[in-house]
Amino acid sequence: MDTNLNTILEEIRQNPFEKQVITTPHTGVLTFSVKEGAQVKGPGGKWLQRPGSLLFTVERELNSKKIFSPCAGEVSWLHTELEGSFTEAFEPVLTIQYRLTKEKVIERILKQVLTVFAAPQRARYFLSPDFSAAMEKNACPAIKPGDEIFIMSLMKRDTILPYSGDGGVVQNVFFKSGSIVDEGTPLIGVCPPENLESIQKLIAQVRSEWE
Amino acid sequence: MKDTNKLLSHLHDRALYLLDIKQNPKWSGIGELISRLQTLRKKIFDMSHETLIAELKMLDERLSFLEQRAANSLTSYETVNIVRNPARFTLQDILENVYDSFSELGGDGECNVDPAVVVARAVITRRIKNKVYSHQVMVIGHEKGKSEEFRNGGSAKPWGNAKALHYMKAAETEGIPIHSFIFTPGAFPVEDYPGAAQAIALNLYEMAMLRTPIISFTSEGGSGGAEALGLSDMRLMGSRGYYSVISPEGAAAIEGKLREGEKVPRELIERCAENLRITASDNLKLGTIDRIVEEPPLGAKRDDYAFFRRLRYEMIKATDEVVLRTKSLKAFRAYAMKTQKNGHETGFEDIDVVIDWGLSGPELNRLLDMRSQKYRAMGSDFYIEGKKGIVDGIFKLTEVAAAGFYELRYGLIRPHERNVRKVLAEVSSEGTTFLKKVAEPVRAAYDFIFPQTEKNQRINRTHETSTRSIFIEDWEPYVSPLANEDRTVTCPNAQKYGCLDLWVPDLYGEFAGVCPTCGHHFPLEYRWYLEHLFDRKSVAEFNRHIASGNPLNFTGFEKKLEKDRKKTGRCSSVITFDAKVRNIKIVTAMFYSDFRNGTVGAAEGEKFVRACDKAKMTRRPFLAYIHTTGGIRIHEGTVGVSQMPKCTLAVREYVESGGLYIVVYDNNSYAGPVASFLGAAPYQFAIRSTRLGFAGPRVIRETTGDDVPPDYHSAKNALKRGHIQGIWDRRDFRKKLHNALLTMGGPNLYYK
Repeated sequence: MDTNLNTILEEIRQNPFEKQVITTPHTGVLTFSVKEGAQVKGPGGKWLQRPGSLLFTVERELNSKKIFSPCAGEVSWLHTELEGSFTEAFEPVLTIQYRLTKEKVIERILKQVLTVFAAPQRARYFLSPDFSAAMEKNACPAIKPGDEIFIMSLMKRDTILPYSGDGGVVQNVFFKSGSIVDEGTPLIGVCPPENLESIQKLIAQVRSEWE
Repeated sequence: MKDTNKLLSHLHDRALYLLDIKQNPKWSGIGELISRLQTLRKKIFDMSHETLIAELKMLDERLSFLEQRAANSLTSYETVNIVRNPARFTLQDILENVYDSFSELGGDGECNVDPAVVVARAVITRRIKNKVYSHQVMVIGHEKGKSEEFRNGGSAKPWGNAKALHYMKAAETEGIPIHSFIFTPGAFPVEDYPGAAQAIALNLYEMAMLRTPIISFTSEGGSGGAEALGLSDMRLMGSRGYYSVISPEGAAAIEGKLREGEKVPRELIERCAENLRITASDNLKLGTIDRIVEEPPLGAKRDDYAFFRRLRYEMIKATDEVVLRTKSLKAFRAYAMKTQKNGHETGFEDIDVVIDWGLSGPELNRLLDMRSQKYRAMGSDFYIEGKKGIVDGIFKLTEVAAAGFYELRYGLIRPHERNVRKVLAEVSSEGTTFLKKVAEPVRAAYDFIFPQTEKNQRINRTHETSTRSIFIEDWEPYVSPLANEDRTVTCPNAQKYGCLDLWVPDLYGEFAGVCPTCGHHFPLEYRWYLEHLFDRKSVAEFNRHIASGNPLNFTGFEKKLEKDRKKTGRCSSVITFDAKVRNIKIVTAMFYSDFRNGTVGAAEGEKFVRACDKAKMTRRPFLAYIHTTGGIRIHEGTVGVSQMPKCTLAVREYVESGGLYIVVYDNNSYAGPVASFLGAAPYQFAIRSTRLGFAGPRVIRETTGDDVPPDYHSAKNALKRGHIQGIWDRRDFRKKLHNALLTMGGPNLYYK
């Protein structure tokens, strides 16, 4: 396995947490509503209409602004000296830490090693006949920028979509040819040919080992 | 043994029914009686026939005594329990037992547009001297169903009400009367196609002038949902039914200021049920119904055939009466009515006269006139009219004189003037064509010799004298008192659009309460609109002296009224006034939040109707600006609910006479008024950031069990659904309104 990939996994293993630093939106006098080590909730409800736990308030010009937690987790660090004092804008106030899930780990690994080509708009996507034939011959065909590999079909009009991004081999096709795909959803993931095998092994490893 | 078993089971059912009504097993030992019946059921084969009969007889006597006692001291909440009991008759029972034959239209059971609304063409017959006479009617009503979930307990969805309207129009075309039966706890609060409020408003608007007799019978009348079928020429009600502005539980949650999910105390519900005056006798006293149909002491059940016979008699009699009132033959009318009365005295089996239920043109006109008078009179005893004495006399004289003047000006002179103008225009256009041929060569030669600069085109728009920009005004602008605070506020959309904090004096001063980044509208007091929307010093209020009262003597309401009177210096939640918008004279009704949250009661309804009539008399456009309305005032019960048809009738008459009616919603506009006289407007607009609809998110959650998105009631969604016709920015309100008056009103601002 590639050492680089191994290092990524090792790093995640050593610190399987994601951290989010919360900063002040503007200047003002700060009052904390949480303590270090406290568990906080993220936004809730079907439409995320209920705000998360109250973290702190910043008061400026008699306007007390409440800052709510954007995610669920634990307050791992708190800048306690700021309590009751006038704080500058964008000052780090606290950090919320939460454990990475299996999907997050895979997402993080793929983000670092794959080039993802996403759907430019909501439409029905097909693989071009040439590319389909290539896929049948070889499960991971090589592609380069400019290759016409998708057909985007919308309102009875077909548009050929060339691939743009780094060249390599197609590690994964994320959609079923002929299905409707939303804007921004990944269509294919491309990686350097030498990394292909190791990536697949790594993902399988994460899937089986990660809790 | 078989008979005793049957008797025992019958006694058991009766005892359970009584327990359901009282909801207290300790009441007069009813729980004990039930357990005795249950023990008897187990031991039935161990006992001798004689002992069993004696025991059953004793229990029957005891139960009859308890039933009598319960019936004599029936409370309002117990009436609600009777109505909600699954043993109570439904529309299906009425169709089967009151009518001779029927065929359901627009649905069959679950396979239906809305199974909660049933429509049927039915035949009702009367027997006179062994001869049978039958009448065709259109039966429309709510079906609660026999424990069928898909019926939704009789809560009509907007498309169910639309179905009802479709068949009402069919009945109008065919000239047959409509019998409507109301069995609904309320309308199903969804805001789709285009919303519960719109559906009810449309029904009311159409029923206001539906050219066929409508007779309604109410068993369970839940506010707006009931009104959607309830605007009728004769309103009957079952003696054990209820007709209310809100469910007792809902009223208790509001009165007790309870949070969502909190259990409402039983005592509070009972007190509210009592205060709301929901029973048939209460409603008869309040004048919201015309007649009570007697039921058995503890309410009619599915198998009370004597009650169905009575109901058939009452429905026929009521239809006869409505039809007879429109007849021009006074002698025949009097004779027929007299015979009917005699019939009533001798029993309800026989009706001696056959009356044709078809009506001719003039009779239909009379029917509509009487319908209008009937609803205009509703609630007229329940507001306080302060002004009395000489001032009142002078005021009335001025009104009469004004009415005479406007009738002369617009009723007599204007049509002739228009005709003359039309003839002149036609003659002159023909003359011009003829003259043009002769004069053109001469004119061309003249223009060639003496060239002239083009003259300015004459602007000729009625009432419009100025074309100045509305932003340049010659007076000191009014600034909201909200601006007198030295602090900043955050826009609610700050996270989404990155809006900067706003300094309050800027926000409520220069920015007119609008966030300059995202356009969010912060609420402003109604006075701001009075000062900025209309021409300076053009606002002249009228009917200020009509005051809200406490018609139901609702406990504690007097104090609340007094507090709001002191706070606002006004006596009702609507201000009616004449005003000008860039020199166009209009009549306006403005509902505002400071007085009982803009809710509508008898005083508000009366003021609105009078404003509507004034606009009709003076031939001016009518604007309803809704700063806020929280619905019908629950403390006025069905007197408040009756303002829905009352005001809708007035609006319909105004629009039919050629008036231009525009509604503009702002802040929060919900429930009854939106579901009647406001929602009925052909032109409805909303100021940005308005929230409008039928029921709020909490009521929707509690009724349907589904949560709604946070922007469910936003003006944007109301526009998408087709409820409103446009969204206006507060800063452009005056300009937009002026434009709307010109474009929708045309040059005369009044169509006819």
